[in-house]
Amino acid sequence: MRPAASPVLEIRGLTRAFGGLVAVNSLDLIVQSGEIVGLLGPNGSGKTTALNLVSGVLRPDSGVIRFAGQDIAGMATHRIARLGLGRTFQLVRVLDGMNCAENVRAGLAFHPARRAPGELHETAVRLLERVGLKGYELRSATELTYIDRKRLELARALALRPCLLLLDEWLAGLNPSELLIGIALIRSLKDQGLSILLVEHVMDAIRSLCDLCVVMNGGRKIAEGSPETVLSDPAVIEAYLGAAADA
Amino acid sequence: MSPTRTAAVIAACASVIVLALFPFYADAYFLALAISLLQFTVLATAWGLFSGPTRYVSLATTAFFGVGAYTVAVLGELLAWPLVLIIAAAIGALMAVIVGISTLRLSGLHFVIFTFGLAELVRQLVIWYEVNRTRVLGRYVFVDITQSDIFWQLLGLAVAVFAIGWIIARSRLGFALRIIGEDETVARHCGINVTIAKVALFTVSATFMTLVGAIMAPRWTYIEPSIAFNAKISFEVVIMALLGGAHRLWGPALGAIPLTLLFEFLSARFPSASTLIMGIVFLLIVYALPSGVVGLWDNVTRRWHEQRAGQGATA
Repeated sequence: MRPAASPVLEIRGLTRAFGGLVAVNSLDLIVQSGEIVGLLGPNGSGKTTALNLVSGVLRPDSGVIRFAGQDIAGMATHRIARLGLGRTFQLVRVLDGMNCAENVRAGLAFHPARRAPGELHETAVRLLERVGLKGYELRSATELTYIDRKRLELARALALRPCLLLLDEWLAGLNPSELLIGIALIRSLKDQGLSILLVEHVMDAIRSLCDLCVVMNGGRKIAEGSPETVLSDPAVIEAYLGAAADA
Repeated sequence: MSPTRTAAVIAACASVIVLALFPFYADAYFLALAISLLQFTVLATAWGLFSGPTRYVSLATTAFFGVGAYTVAVLGELLAWPLVLIIAAAIGALMAVIVGISTLRLSGLHFVIFTFGLAELVRQLVIWYEVNRTRVLGRYVFVDITQSDIFWQLLGLAVAVFAIGWIIARSRLGFALRIIGEDETVARHCGINVTIAKVALFTVSATFMTLVGAIMAPRWTYIEPSIAFNAKISFEVVIMALLGGAHRLWGPALGAIPLTLLFEFLSARFPSASTLIMGIVFLLIVYALPSGVVGLWDNVTRRWHEQRAGQGATA
């Protein structure tokens, strides 16, 4: 038996306020290697702020974020990305002025492990295939359907050879059949050994994908555990599902 | 190299050689016009180098141009000409680095206003220094540089700006800037050091602008801050680059050439109304050609390709 590896991501006492509003309040969160951790909570509970703190878009007021063996709290976004943190966004961000291969090359070209120019294109083609966009290299990103734009964004994040992937509502807005494809795709990434922290509202996805769920409300962590445990937790139901249960 | 690219390189070399012979058979008026054309071609292309991919609209052209001209006015008689140009370029580059680091974190609109203010700030600083320290408001530029020399130097600079632009567009820096222009947040998340990339290109662009000012200075023989730091130049360069289309390297030149000729004609024919007509031209350009001549050209070629593809499908 090998000793338990250190966690991929370890967040301790993470806090960030905007004026008087404490968006993230002493959050503790751990993503173990190869795990999918779901970050849940009602709108405005601080999930996206937490992701922005991890990927370096925002600076924390206090707290520790250990990733890839370093404290990355307050580090510049591009340096965190180079350490192997891939990310997708709540509102899909693809580069509309470029074709699909160029979109993926954007994630490849600035990685510290340089590749030869020919290899860049090959790797981009392979990553597009990986997310289900085989043969789309020369298509303009503007021509893609919604789910394909999400796939393209995911391929770009994978291009960083991430050891941790942050997915911000990657499955939101997909129709039921696309949802199955999306869930299978994320699971295949986990099977490949990738660790994932995902913000998600789609309950089916949370139940079938997450090893661990952390629920936030008003910036604080209110529950943690397996999907079944947290989704039946009265505090979570009150905070998160209360409105839906009443309806 | 593909046959079309070889042909393009040969055509470019040939036209540079033909242009280099121009001072031998042109009279003084046409030589002066050619100098204006080259001046604005280099300025607009240099402007497009930075503002094209990043989509930051800079109104600081005249700040760098004026610094170049003033460096010549101060040092022109003291040092050898190549050394004066090198010092001017170095001052322009240093100023661009400082300005870049302090402003390129600003968002689009704030950046526009800051760069406009920068030109005015530098002008006022020069006036203050001249009035309080040297007690002169104007300076004579006595250097042994002929109109033909100015023409050749600008031609060399034009070749350099296109060559460097071509190299940058194919480099990692060029790719980084395209990504930054599309979405800065994505660029950061791809591992791009956005600040360094923007400051690097801003500096390259500003160095060319400074050199244009330095090379042009001997043409005036007498300069003062209001001549060297004329805000009109900044606006003209933006209009030219927008007319041509700043998202391609050769786009701004396509705007610089017709508009230089137009401004020349207007200021000769309607000296009092030229600014008014210029304003109307600007409005028309933004309204009718939002992507410039290059955008129009792209549309035409795309349609032509689609039509051919359509015919191929039905045949």
